[in-house]
Amino acid sequence: MADKILQVAHLEKYYQKRHVLYDINFSVDKGEVVTLLGPSGSGKSTLIRCLNGLEPYQNGTITFEEETVTPTEKNWQQIRQKIGMVFQSYDLFPNLTVIDNILLGPTKVQKQSKDAARAEAVKLLKRVGLEDYADSYPRMLSGGQKQRIAIVRALALHPDFMLFDEVTASLDPEMVRGVLNIIKDLANTDNMTMIVVTHEMNFAQEIADRVLFLENGKILEQTPSKQFFEKPQTDRAQEFLDSMDF
Amino acid sequence: MNSWAIIQQSLPMFEKGFVLTLWLSFIGIIGSIIVGLICSLLQYFKIPILHQIATVYVEISRNTPLLIQLFFLYYAFPVIGIKFGAQLCGIIGLIFLGGSYMAEGFTGGFNGVSKGQLESGKAIGLSQWQLARYVVFPQGFSLSVPAMAANIIFLIKETSIFTVIAIPELTNTALDLIGMYYRSNEYLFVLVVAYAIILIPLSIILTLLEKRVRYGSFGN
Repeated sequence: MADKILQVAHLEKYYQKRHVLYDINFSVDKGEVVTLLGPSGSGKSTLIRCLNGLEPYQNGTITFEEETVTPTEKNWQQIRQKIGMVFQSYDLFPNLTVIDNILLGPTKVQKQSKDAARAEAVKLLKRVGLEDYADSYPRMLSGGQKQRIAIVRALALHPDFMLFDEVTASLDPEMVRGVLNIIKDLANTDNMTMIVVTHEMNFAQEIADRVLFLENGKILEQTPSKQFFEKPQTDRAQEFLDSMDF
Repeated sequence: MNSWAIIQQSLPMFEKGFVLTLWLSFIGIIGSIIVGLICSLLQYFKIPILHQIATVYVEISRNTPLLIQLFFLYYAFPVIGIKFGAQLCGIIGLIFLGGSYMAEGFTGGFNGVSKGQLESGKAIGLSQWQLARYVVFPQGFSLSVPAMAANIIFLIKETSIFTVIAIPELTNTALDLIGMYYRSNEYLFVLVVAYAIILIPLSIILTLLEKRVRYGSFGN
């Protein structure tokens, strides 16, 4: 049996009285790529944000690398170093240069030596084709470049596991490919475990091992990717796929 | 005597008032920034007890007029045995007033740092203190510069109230001269010009500074 890196059991989430996630159960194996698909407002982003403690949940457990998370801010702080997260809006720190954005985590949180961390950061920048921008400020970069830097910033901490929350949703179409290729390369070359929330169906189809289909805060089906895109188990998922252009 | 001669004769006295206004404003502004910063930090980190005290201070200070604060310091405190000179009274009063305005400015700046910034900081594992040190404070200070600039201008103008406790700053100088020579038009004219000489260039400089800081931190 493959190593389970993440297990979510009976997760429930409310915003005040509004119930937004219902009895969420799933697990992710090491090296597996899981995509969360579903219509807007189905709870994909909320779920992925629960997984690194950015959203509190009211019931259920998250088990990360065999340890059940006690959801205090202090614990999450430790765990987040092992979970890289990339957001739709990149959110690079505008007051820091590209290299300082990347080095903040490794040097301040993980106390790596500055030289080693820098060498590693430069290597990662090369990998995404942005080594010339190390000393630029985020304001000088395009959206696609910012998002690539945001991915590097997350990778610099050597995470065991990556969360991508609609990372191409605010990019110009021509920038999307570059960012998706990096994620694909991470999955294929590094065998990175990841959960990807996306509206890019072609990309999801290419990259996913398994699809979780969400609607109204419930997981309607968990299906191996190939099967999901050929013949999903639920009519609702079929309807969803039919409505997407790809 | 014609008006021009009256004005010329009064200039040495106005010069003294001018220097005193600048000096008292300067000390008051520096003090306000320090007090404001301390209060906003107490509130940001929610330091027990001290942050409640800071909140009470800010409310009292913002919701009472400087005039009354000065009367209190100058006339009421001596009754309980605490006595200050007029100028010290003025400075303490100005800092008491300005500290709360600056505190609100800084707090507004810290709160203005976007949620996305906080989340991406947390996502790379920053502790609460590291998040404050590397993300919230640098960006929050930049965001609070416009409020700080407005407060600086406001505090300089407020020094005109010092005249009620007989500090010989600009306004007091003008009122004194009017009392002695009854040439209101001339002296009030000089008074307006003197404030304008301080405030107009300062406000231009502060606007430029705001733009620079904004560009430096946020690139727009």
